Amino acid sequence: MPEQIVIVGAGQAGVQAVQTLRAEGFAGAIAMIGDEAYPPYQRPPLSKAYLLGSFARERLFLKPDAFYQEAGCDLILNASVSAIDRTAKTLALRDGRVLPYDKLLLATGTRVRKLSCPGADLPGVQYLRDIADVDALQPLFRSGARMAVVGGGYIGLEVAAVGAKRGLDVAVFETADRLMARAVSPVVSDFYAAEHAKAGVKLNLNSVAEEFEGKGKVETIMAGGKKSMADIVVVGIGVVPNDMLARESGLPCQDGIIVDRNAMTADPAIFAAGDCTRHHGREGVEIRLECVQNAIDQAKHAALAMLGRPKTYSEVPWFWSDQYDLKLQIAGLARQSDQTVLRGDPASRKFAVFHLRDDVVAAVEAVNAAPEYMIGKKLIADRVAVTAERLADMSVPMKQMAA
Amino acid sequence: MPKVTFIQSDGSAQTVEIALGWSVMEGAVRNLVPGIDADCGGACACATCHVHVDPAWVAALPAKSDMEEAMLDFAQELKPTSRLSCQLRVTPEMDGLVVRVPDSQH
Repeated sequence: MPEQIVIVGAGQAGVQAVQTLRAEGFAGAIAMIGDEAYPPYQRPPLSKAYLLGSFARERLFLKPDAFYQEAGCDLILNASVSAIDRTAKTLALRDGRVLPYDKLLLATGTRVRKLSCPGADLPGVQYLRDIADVDALQPLFRSGARMAVVGGGYIGLEVAAVGAKRGLDVAVFETADRLMARAVSPVVSDFYAAEHAKAGVKLNLNSVAEEFEGKGKVETIMAGGKKSMADIVVVGIGVVPNDMLARESGLPCQDGIIVDRNAMTADPAIFAAGDCTRHHGREGVEIRLECVQNAIDQAKHAALAMLGRPKTYSEVPWFWSDQYDLKLQIAGLARQSDQTVLRGDPASRKFAVFHLRDDVVAAVEAVNAAPEYMIGKKLIADRVAVTAERLADMSVPMKQMAA
Repeated sequence: MPKVTFIQSDGSAQTVEIALGWSVMEGAVRNLVPGIDADCGGACACATCHVHVDPAWVAALPAKSDMEEAMLDFAQELKPTSRLSCQLRVTPEMDGLVVRVPDSQH
């Protein structure tokens, strides 16, 4: 049994690891190191309710302070790790402290991918990743302000929806030919494009951000060969994993820290969980996931493995996005080659797209359609074969779909 | 602040104060009530904050949304008194509310 466990990264995965370690009876010391000023908090509301201003900051925190006290977790905030000494099994913090570990969990998450075009560093070109980002954005969210959103993925579109709701004049610039192209099927992309247009959001597809201009702060954006005025620019073009620390300590990384199905790195004393990992998904394909589900589940598996009780990680990934009054819920991982089946009518603002692979349900995208999502997730987990005809047949209730 | 009591399947009870406008789930998480995981943080996306409302209180609570109804449909130990605690916003009228945490959530 290890005596000292150190967790680098104070986010969703880190908190889950603390919880699981204690629930599983680990009685040794736990320290968790975070580079922000805040104890672990939820990121999903940042681009939704928190940006809208309808959610107080204290509601973001994943656990009350009492949780860390009761769990005997030494929460070290505003701190970062400069190096891991894998031979001595110690961590060096930038402030000079050295922490010994028996087992180490890297739950370092991601950072935003930055634009590199001319003018991208002008004040007013903002990103959205942490509390401080949203707090900086809030005062600029005034009715009538012109906001250019670069990136038509989850974050960009959630910000666009909040902006439209708050009366901003919103334009979205997306390099692909459809919205959320990485995450959803064309029918869902088209549906969301229509919803955003209805809310007054100007969508510009096939539009690469080329240049920003302004005196002292951003005033214009040039994208897709067209120049537009912008008081604020919010960039949401994806994230990159924080794998530098692992890389510098000689652990294999490739767009993420490589871990096995027990969340273990190449070093048996070091584990990794959450957005920062590249792992074998349940279908055996190497993936890096950016979602709450993976942070929670992989951290549970890492905790179990650290205590010598490994359990193979094969949970179904799930995701959600809130835009306007629409709840998009996704389970499983779709592939280009899947057969897709539409269930329901997008015009009713309640429908789902199922993905079939080798005759079994592999993924589902559900819009305002909880039964399709919940049952779909179960069909995916159990690798159930259902015909396309049956999935599309609205006279077959989801509850009877597997029968 | 309104008080809400959570009863576990072993009979142990915990009464906590929850700020107006917060959800019953947030009150549970903030006070370390076991069995309320709320993985999605209250987005009505995961059904891990399921509770059974004391029968005396069922009628006093606001009606379920379609989404809550649909998510609940797939929760374990579903009862007519089932609610997702993330969808229950605390109002002054809810002072004294009693809910039970299903055994399956442990």
